[in-house]
Amino acid sequence: MPWFRRKKENISPESKKTDIPDGQWSKCSDCGEIIHNRQLESNLWVCPKCNYHFRIGSDQYISIILDKGTFKEYDKKMISANPLQFEDTKKYTDRISETIKKTGLNDAVITGTGKINGIKSAIAVMDFRFIGGSMGSVVGEKIARITDVAYQNKIPLIIVSQSGGARMMEGAFSLMQMAKTSSRLARLSDAGIPYISVLSDPTTGGVTASFAMLGDVIIAEPKALIGFAGPRVIKQTIGKDLPEGFQRSEFLLENGFVDFIVNRKELKDKLTLLIDYLT
Amino acid sequence: MAKNTLDFEKPIVELENKIEEMKKYEGQLDISGEIKKLEEKVEELKKNIYQNLTRWQKVQLARHPERPSTLDYIYMMTKDFVELHGDRLFKDDKAIVGGFAKLDELKVMIIGHQKGRDTKSNLYRNFGMPNPEGYRKALRLMKLAEKFNKPVITMLDTPGAYPGLEAEQRGQAEAIARNLLEMSRLKVPIIVVIIGEGASGGALGIGVGDRILMLQNTWYSVISPESCSSILWRSWDFKEQAAEALKLTADDLLEQGIIDRIIPEPLGGAHKDPQKMADILKSILIEELNNLLKIKTDKLIQYRLEKFGKMGVYKE
Ligand SMILES: [Zn+2]
Repeated sequence: MPWFRRKKENISPESKKTDIPDGQWSKCSDCGEIIHNRQLESNLWVCPKCNYHFRIGSDQYISIILDKGTFKEYDKKMISANPLQFEDTKKYTDRISETIKKTGLNDAVITGTGKINGIKSAIAVMDFRFIGGSMGSVVGEKIARITDVAYQNKIPLIIVSQSGGARMMEGAFSLMQMAKTSSRLARLSDAGIPYISVLSDPTTGGVTASFAMLGDVIIAEPKALIGFAGPRVIKQTIGKDLPEGFQRSEFLLENGFVDFIVNRKELKDKLTLLIDYLT
Repeated sequence: MAKNTLDFEKPIVELENKIEEMKKYEGQLDISGEIKKLEEKVEELKKNIYQNLTRWQKVQLARHPERPSTLDYIYMMTKDFVELHGDRLFKDDKAIVGGFAKLDELKVMIIGHQKGRDTKSNLYRNFGMPNPEGYRKALRLMKLAEKFNKPVITMLDTPGAYPGLEAEQRGQAEAIARNLLEMSRLKVPIIVVIIGEGASGGALGIGVGDRILMLQNTWYSVISPESCSSILWRSWDFKEQAAEALKLTADDLLEQGIIDRIIPEPLGGAHKDPQKMADILKSILIEELNNLLKIKTDKLIQYRLEKFGKMGVYKE
């Protein structure tokens, strides 16, 4: 759950803008190229020089994947109820309300239905900006419900994951969301309805160890960090430096845990083609 | 004083030692009255201490090195145990054990995390931290139980899934995720018992079932108090506060509606009287199994789905 230790290369485009004086330019954290934001946007936040995929928000994935104007959001108003009255150095309720204000999101996932090249689909997109994309009761419930929407309407399900893992401020409730989402996906699978899992940077912890790894087809953006334990914890445990590229998409492809790596520009077309084969 | 005495148990052990000492002179001196008084005092002290344990103290009891493990319970509760090994894909993970056993006349599949008791056995068991092959072995045994219509009992006792390089390479996350999905639709009853530590996805990886039971002095949460402290307080020193904040004890989880039942332990913890603990657990397991075996398969799976569906608190 490393959301608080954002590494330099993981800074979102929004915060990146502050590096550059007039707010119009972003720096690629992989190759260092300075790129105008408008050019970056038209290139779907992919560095035109080195193909580095900037981390983007849920709203951007919605506009990339779905046909314009077709998205209908579900459970938009659902927010965390702080079941444990959790308090560390800060009250969880304060953390939630500050994050809502800052991001304009109500929690770490947006769900709904829309069309992908004309095919009606159910979709969930996680968002790292909201407490590291962590999964608490709201994320679990929204994922479970949108899985049921796919199940009831017999439409394909797409989930774009982007998460540091389970949200510890909801204790065992967070943990149980892994079981909740996986059990609903079991029912969807038994009904023969396709589920495609898209992994973006980062997908770790309890999200990887539940719905993110359960797609009929699992695809990943280039160089996304994907794993169960965080690299820092693994490094501490084994007392050795981790090999180059460890827990990146290409590593998972090599080890047999993702079907293929997709460039963001091809994401929509690849999803369309897959749905065509899976329905 | 025994090396495994926890801090809060020291006053008890001190008094018990004193009584032992006095008993040596009982023949020569007339001190039986005093001994009796002290013994009463010990009993009172025990009740006082063990009934008012903090959450962190319960975490310590859950980790007590003398606490009975999965294999201990299997040997104490069942007969004709046949241990089955291996995931048929890579190797046999020693941190998860399983096999067929008989609880009186009930034939069951029992699967659990397995810790060691000393350094050597802990290294052999990887401290009860499974690799992917452990979860895959567990799943293989569950599917075997399903095929031959035997109920499954799982016992949770792990500080977490092993965070290692090879574990990631072989798909730790996929192995756990697969188990969650398959357990949610397994066609035989599953009873889950938390017998020690229930740490995060590593515990839940064999923890989806129809009845979730928790021994009185155990913990179950999304993260250990130490790791929670290091992340949220950015220091290892706030584990007591983290344990309080996480609300991770059996009482907490019953209140949260996540577990179904608390199994009482002998005074001072399961390790103080392992056989008594095993007898209590056995009778409860038989009772619970007999109830579950009356439910038709499709209903069983539907209830299981609804059970986990209800977990979570949010506002709309
Ligand atoms: Zn670049």
